[in-house]
Amino acid sequence: MNFLTIVFYLFAAILLFAAFRVITTRNPIQAALFLVLAFFSAAGLWLTLEAEFLAIALVMVYVGAVMVLFLFVVMMLDINLDRLREGFWSYLPLAGFVATMLAIEMALVLGSRSFGLSIVPAPVAHAANYSNTRELGLLLYTEYVYPFELAAVVLLVAIVAAIALTMRRRKHTKHQDPSQQVKVKRDQRLRVINMPSERASSTNISGE
Amino acid sequence: MTYFQGLFGMAWPAIWVLVKIVVIVAPLMVAVAYLTYAERKVIGYMQVRIGPNRVGYKGLLQPIADAVKLLMKEIIVPSGANKFLFVLAPVLTIAPALAAWAVIPFSPELVLANVDAGLLYILAITSMGVYGVVVAGWASNSKYAFLGSLRSAAQIVSYEIAMGFALVGVLMAAHSLNLVHIVNAQLGGVFRWYWLPLFPMFIVYLISGLAETNRAPFDVAEGESEIVAGFHVEYSGMAFAIFFLAEYANMILIATLTSLLFLGGWDPLFDVAPFTWLPGIFWLLGKIGFVLFLFLWFRATFPRYRYDQIMRLGWKVFIPVTLVWLLLVGAVMQTPFAFLIH
Repeated sequence: MNFLTIVFYLFAAILLFAAFRVITTRNPIQAALFLVLAFFSAAGLWLTLEAEFLAIALVMVYVGAVMVLFLFVVMMLDINLDRLREGFWSYLPLAGFVATMLAIEMALVLGSRSFGLSIVPAPVAHAANYSNTRELGLLLYTEYVYPFELAAVVLLVAIVAAIALTMRRRKHTKHQDPSQQVKVKRDQRLRVINMPSERASSTNISGE
Repeated sequence: MTYFQGLFGMAWPAIWVLVKIVVIVAPLMVAVAYLTYAERKVIGYMQVRIGPNRVGYKGLLQPIADAVKLLMKEIIVPSGANKFLFVLAPVLTIAPALAAWAVIPFSPELVLANVDAGLLYILAITSMGVYGVVVAGWASNSKYAFLGSLRSAAQIVSYEIAMGFALVGVLMAAHSLNLVHIVNAQLGGVFRWYWLPLFPMFIVYLISGLAETNRAPFDVAEGESEIVAGFHVEYSGMAFAIFFLAEYANMILIATLTSLLFLGGWDPLFDVAPFTWLPGIFWLLGKIGFVLFLFLWFRATFPRYRYDQIMRLGWKVFIPVTLVWLLLVGAVMQTPFAFLIH
């Protein structure tokens, strides 16, 4: 058992534990944090496969952005877990059936020789100057440029749709236009009144 | 060294890395302590007062006294707080602030891990820092802390995008994600550093760096006049000190990154004789000091932004500016004028 194997089992154990706790913990915040831990361990596993770009992208996108926003929302909601758990036992047989089917399918695919997976060798260790990021970029922007751009457009459409669905203009919002605020001149806000200077009364000067 | 190698055998690589980590982290902690001193002194002089001057010569032992004071204080866990997360939050804050230093080069050879995806690693690790703030705010079971953490989360997520785009400009110009390569691509004096061809990105990065570290004028997360101290209002003693340490370590990190990415790292100001006598690391330290001074100067100069103004600046100003400049850089790189960006 070399060092890499130990690292693999360590990350795999943490990943499984975290994933299990995501669905068993009673506190939604803790569940979200365990999901973060699961993402992080998965990124660690990808690193051991020399997929450092994907690993870092996983941490950046899911841990750094998606889960922060998710936590943001979960924190503000008062989720009553007991109500969510009401139908637990009645749904259990169906869920168990789906889970078993999934496990069987995965076992068939991963174990079968018909998919040629058994002849896929373990990743070869590359030289120190081999850049995974560069290779991925070259592939994405040359060979797979159309699927890649298409995926980007699909995402864009989803963003536009989400905004269009949720944006509503309320009538009486207090809206500020910063460019107008910047353009304001002194005369519009301030009126300088010319007044003749008054002479102080003699009692004040003498200090009495 | 071979003697130690024989002494520890198999464990030697791990121990050697640990030694290197200590060599990086120990000066960093000292730098953090004296950055707080420098902050109080600089802002003091800007406000025409003297600043700390009682403990030690000209107050030089003040940060040590502060640290000892915080060590002796009791850590109070508020009733109704989630105890585990309450204790975990400072750890979540300090860990990324220190882990990011693993890939920071101090000279062409002096770097703990010279990895190819260094810049990506830094982006990923620094984006973890927000969890400490969010968890601290939630676990404290206090509305001020909660409001502070919400503000901080929204702000950090917004400014990370502009910051990431600014970094994309740098990696396009340098053709590399490796920090050593990025600095090497800028060698040759002040006019070859990236602050000039990527000027808008330099400005955006500097300001986003302020926002990311919750420094004034972007410190609404701890705005003391509105929400007391924001996310760390319930923390005392060492737990508070760790938040403090992380904030200043992050400040130094941002200053270091700005120096490496936009100000030429260890490259002397001009590539001629009197300037090249000084070793590269002192140039780097000087640049870091300069950027840190800017941070302190900003704090003494600008009033705090209003929250909607912060969001507007991040989303409606910085992101379009960086996007346009990215397109421009990409276009110029395809023309004969590519030497401008080198």
